[in-house]
Amino acid sequence: MRHILSILVENEAGALSRVAGLFSARGYNIESLTVAPTEDATMSRMTIVTTGSDEIVEQITKQLNKLVDVVKVVDLSEGRHIERELMLVKVRAAGKDREEMKRTADIFRGRIIDVTDKSYTIELTGTTDKLDAFLEALDKGAILETVRTGVSGIGRGEWVLKA
Amino acid sequence: MELKLPPLAETGETLTGAEIAIRCLQEEGVEFVFGYPGGAVLFIYDALFKQKKVKHILVRHEQGALHAADGYARATGRPGVALVTSGPGVTNAVTGIATAYMDSIPMVVVTGQVPTRAIGEDAFQECDTVGITRPCVKHNFLVKDVNELAITMKKAFHIATTGRPGPVLVDIPKDVSQQSARFHYPEKISLRSYSPVVKGHGGQIKKAMQLLLEAKRPMIYVGGGAILGEASHEVTELVRLLDYPCTNTLMGLGAFPASDKRFVGMLGMHGTVEANMAMQNCDVLLAVGARFDDRVIGNPAHFAAGSAGRKIVHIDVDPSSISKRVRVDVPIVGHVKDVLAELIALLRASKEKPDAAALAAWWDQIGSWRAKDCLKYDRNAKIIKPQFVIEKLWEVTKGDAYVTSDVGQHQMWAAQFYRFEKPRRWINSGGLGTMGVGLPYAMGVKLAFPKADVACVTGEASVQMCIQELSTCKQYHLPVKLVNLNNRYMGMVRQWQEFFHGNRYSESYMDALPDFVKLAEAYGHVGMRVEKPGDVEGALREAFSLKDRLVFLDIITDQTENVFPMVPGGKGMSEMILSEDL
Repeated sequence: MRHILSILVENEAGALSRVAGLFSARGYNIESLTVAPTEDATMSRMTIVTTGSDEIVEQITKQLNKLVDVVKVVDLSEGRHIERELMLVKVRAAGKDREEMKRTADIFRGRIIDVTDKSYTIELTGTTDKLDAFLEALDKGAILETVRTGVSGIGRGEWVLKA
Repeated sequence: MELKLPPLAETGETLTGAEIAIRCLQEEGVEFVFGYPGGAVLFIYDALFKQKKVKHILVRHEQGALHAADGYARATGRPGVALVTSGPGVTNAVTGIATAYMDSIPMVVVTGQVPTRAIGEDAFQECDTVGITRPCVKHNFLVKDVNELAITMKKAFHIATTGRPGPVLVDIPKDVSQQSARFHYPEKISLRSYSPVVKGHGGQIKKAMQLLLEAKRPMIYVGGGAILGEASHEVTELVRLLDYPCTNTLMGLGAFPASDKRFVGMLGMHGTVEANMAMQNCDVLLAVGARFDDRVIGNPAHFAAGSAGRKIVHIDVDPSSISKRVRVDVPIVGHVKDVLAELIALLRASKEKPDAAALAAWWDQIGSWRAKDCLKYDRNAKIIKPQFVIEKLWEVTKGDAYVTSDVGQHQMWAAQFYRFEKPRRWINSGGLGTMGVGLPYAMGVKLAFPKADVACVTGEASVQMCIQELSTCKQYHLPVKLVNLNNRYMGMVRQWQEFFHGNRYSESYMDALPDFVKLAEAYGHVGMRVEKPGDVEGALREAFSLKDRLVFLDIITDQTENVFPMVPGGKGMSEMILSEDL
């Protein structure tokens, strides 16, 4: 099953490699990993999307908690949560396809953020599923380049993840 | 107006980073530092030279330093400290660090690093120390600012010795050891990201008590955590209070005394029939500071299927050890000593008592497994049997020696036949299984307990992996006794090749062994060769009577002897091969 782990870590050199190293050393999957400092500059927040049985995800959580730099670990998928991912796609947009490309981007509420006479760069935010659907909606040959941030997640409602 | 106080770090005297490092060791009450100098640690060695409190033990190879510090920690419970230089100093130390990590041994390892400005430039003797050691330390630090050194050392000792212990490494660049800062050593430290649970959950402890009282076929399984957590007294009290069978793992030997009739021997791959069968067939299992590893329970699926409805209570300070290989019904995270004390108090206060009739039937069943006498061997053999040597060693040392071992058959025989009565007397590498630890372990133990008998049970293959430390033993007058069970084979490799690889002894025979007697003499020690069963006891007595000499006993043993019982890799614990089966 797919799980989304939110992790608060000390903003120390090496904290990322401790977390990444744990996943590789113990053979756990990482589908995506994002990390950036929080409003408190001494801490960073990671979102890791992983897959595994309940037993494995329980072990992952315990092993993460064991890392000295890790302040807190929460499995967001255990409760109601929101997840978003940002994607930038550079597509071919010339001739008769140019209008069609614009319309498809609009349907997915994408924004065109850079333009040349032969291409568009589209910014799209949403769940992983939505971004996948957008790519599928495009003609494969039209996609020049994609870059995705990986998932960031947050709990719904008033619940907050605090140190 | 607000009164402005200078930050704590500025109130002390001004010292160099090197002096700060040594002062921190003094503040921690460190007796010995095991190490080897080199370019990046020259300032630290200079600071060491100018003081007397911390004694430095110069080894002959950094691996020896780590193992000796580790052995000291295992025997005393206090953190072992090692000091090595950058680059090859660190890479040589890695085996020792990993060995300590796998067995959760508290250590602080101080390493030199190239100057901060040279880091990343592939400087002479540079390596990415925090990167290389990251997977085999509890935590590590690179100190880039001398003002952070004292607090980092404090953190290192705190992390190494609390929760589930382990090695912590502090990497100090040469320029940091040269720069100066005000010295202040904090008495206490708290880390927001590190606060191990110590107190067990009261409700869970009650559930555990209930299960233990309802048990028809109970079993108590005690691992190295009981020794690390100083819980031997509580384990013993609990087992005797309930009159339940108890087994110790390889790492837990001595946590419960072997002389007690409730002790069913060690369990696992080379455990006794009674211990393994009781594990497999019990209905309530209490696991204390143990981790159900592959060498203990074998195949987890086979173990889980062994006893329908078996309930497991697991006490451990590390939550990640619980339900890792085997699903547990009542997990209790906490300090084993305190949890057991609470459990005992609850049991004493309870009106309910264990089911005496069921327990009697269970003991009868265990008695029938015991009657197999699975550790029997040929006592009338004309050639020396290794088991016989260990039995004689036990007799000669009155069962009260510190016994270190290397890794292989001799290790298993020592574990099976030296009946450990007390914790911290059996010093071996269980998790990583590192050949070569025995001699440096013995050094660390002997330094900690100069008056005690220290025996290193080893084999002719293992002992050669750190043999250079015989020289260190000479320098510091460490009269340990090496009991070399010399069968001219890497015995355990040979045994597996005999059982599972059609007797093809691929590279497990050592030709051209040194003359160990002469070798010991060359290092300035006493060497003795023993070739007849009748001479074993006399030689051991003579060796231990030479109080101030290291004695290397080269004992020529049966080449074909195997360790029994044996659970083949991947099999279940009740699928043992016994000596009589072959």
